[in-house]
Amino acid sequence: MASGEALVRVQNVHKVYHRGNERIDVLRDLDVNVGKGEFLALMGPSGSGKSTLLNIIGGLDRPTEGGVEVGERRIDRLNDGQLASWRARHVGFVFQFYNLMPVLTAERNVELPLLLTNLSRAKRKKQVETALALVGLSDRAKHYPRQLSGGQEQRVGVARAIVTDPTLLLCDEPTGDLDRKSGDEILDLLEGLNQQHGKTIIMVTHDPLAAARATRVLHLDKGQLSSEAAA
Amino acid sequence: MLAFLDQVVAVTLMNLRALKERAASSLVAIVGIAGVVLVLVAVLSIAEGFRATLTSAGSPDTALVLRAGSDTEMTSGLTLEDTKIIADSPEVLRDEQGAVASAELFVIIALPKISTGTDANVPLRGVQPAAFSVREDLRIVEGRNFEPGRNEVIVGQGAQGQFAGLGVGDLIELGQAQWTVVGVFTTGGTIADSELWCDAKVLQPAYRRGNSFQSVYSKLKSPEAFEAFKDALTSDARLNVKVMRETDYYAGQSTILITLIRTLGILIAILMGLGAVFGALITMYTAVASRTREIATLRAIGFASMPVLISVMAEALLLAVVGGLLGAGLSFLVFNGYQAATMNWQTFSQVTFAFAVTPKLMILGFLYSLALGFVGGFFPALAAARLPVATALREA
Repeated sequence: MASGEALVRVQNVHKVYHRGNERIDVLRDLDVNVGKGEFLALMGPSGSGKSTLLNIIGGLDRPTEGGVEVGERRIDRLNDGQLASWRARHVGFVFQFYNLMPVLTAERNVELPLLLTNLSRAKRKKQVETALALVGLSDRAKHYPRQLSGGQEQRVGVARAIVTDPTLLLCDEPTGDLDRKSGDEILDLLEGLNQQHGKTIIMVTHDPLAAARATRVLHLDKGQLSSEAAA
Repeated sequence: MLAFLDQVVAVTLMNLRALKERAASSLVAIVGIAGVVLVLVAVLSIAEGFRATLTSAGSPDTALVLRAGSDTEMTSGLTLEDTKIIADSPEVLRDEQGAVASAELFVIIALPKISTGTDANVPLRGVQPAAFSVREDLRIVEGRNFEPGRNEVIVGQGAQGQFAGLGVGDLIELGQAQWTVVGVFTTGGTIADSELWCDAKVLQPAYRRGNSFQSVYSKLKSPEAFEAFKDALTSDARLNVKVMRETDYYAGQSTILITLIRTLGILIAILMGLGAVFGALITMYTAVASRTREIATLRAIGFASMPVLISVMAEALLLAVVGGLLGAGLSFLVFNGYQAATMNWQTFSQVTFAFAVTPKLMILGFLYSLALGFVGGFFPALAAARLPVATALREA
């Protein structure tokens, strides 16, 4: 159950994939609310539907049935173009493998989402500097991804996700490719963003220690909620 | 709008910066497109060169008279009396030697080609002294002119470059007699450069032509005098002739071959173009596949599909531009001015000419490369723009 005002409302969501003649029910009549300012961890075995749920909430995928409301917006009713611009304004993604552009420096990577806004070049530069400072990488602004460690790359990924000050931060296994120390640093960062900056975060993880940083943990199994716990 | 352009520029620059990582496949596409452009421009430059050779021959104030019903000098025949009536026409220019009109014989001889050693047909023209006043641009570049009444020939520069045994001082067997090559002439690359010239009076008995000729080339007082000249001759009851401007005659001769070469060239270019398009398609599909995660990430962040599509198209077009410039440039360097000989199907004799890689042809080749790049880039670009983001992020 969400604490406080619900920012995300997932209602009776059903998601079906077809592989040849086989029907796969990835999500089954799922109801999930995520409160504003919450840090929610989604756990579950592989194939339980947690990444699909994250993608549906982030507007990367659509439910077969049911509705998804983020803020006051029914995002399942938006077309592809509307969804793209909605994502640009409201969602920051953090990926397991960082997904940085190898030919761009850290600051250019962080600037990418700002190219979708009407901000001037000077304002974009300012926001990039702020985001990089927040993740502690001001001194690596001119470095290319190949010149950074995994942990540093993921911090650039986090900076890119927060640079537009999005409504939601969606993290798909953000520490899955990192050693424990670097993973902890990323989790510290996410925790700080949640607690000090009030960011609403939904994180998919396999790692119970990572999930322990969240304010609430949902377990999914075969597309349904199997348990819910406050962390 | 500015944000959209920023998106396009950002994504396109990202693509282009990553080009060096795909250097090999990009090079294949570039070379493929360059090859197509090279062949297209080269083949069309043959037609262009042939056309230039034939249409640059002749002057609008020079008229050619043949027997009525003849399309070429080969099939024409005029008596000595005919040629005198024609030369006496008041529209014909006169100088101190009299009428600037040359009655001529046109025979085909066989000479070995330097390139293959096999015999090919070469035109031998018997001319009267006035021929050198009719063709004012003819000049002797080596040796001397033939002397009237002697078995001497002068050879066009083009013919000398293509056929063996045409050096000054060489002897050639023609019509059961030996002839000496005494000089080399040029008319600046026109069809006359493919011919051998001699005295018509010597050629007549050598080829048992009696007093007959095949054509009369007349310099008129002005280009405007042509219609009166033509009307006078064609309405003269003593004559049965056909009158043409020299320029029209040669332009007509080039039509069949030019059409043939152009058709062939375009056909080859289309077939090769198909190959190049597949090369570009593979290159661009590979480029898109190797950047699936990047494209999916950009789309997840909120980039619209259009900037992604434009960026892939831009990359394909850039490869095409490089290939097009390379092909057009190489065709100019390699083929422009290249000397060759081919059959003139009107006279069944060889015409020497130079490949002409004109700016128009190079632009045509370049535009064709852009078309190849466009087709080769479009479908991969569409695939990139339609990438299912969630699946691509999971599978990349």
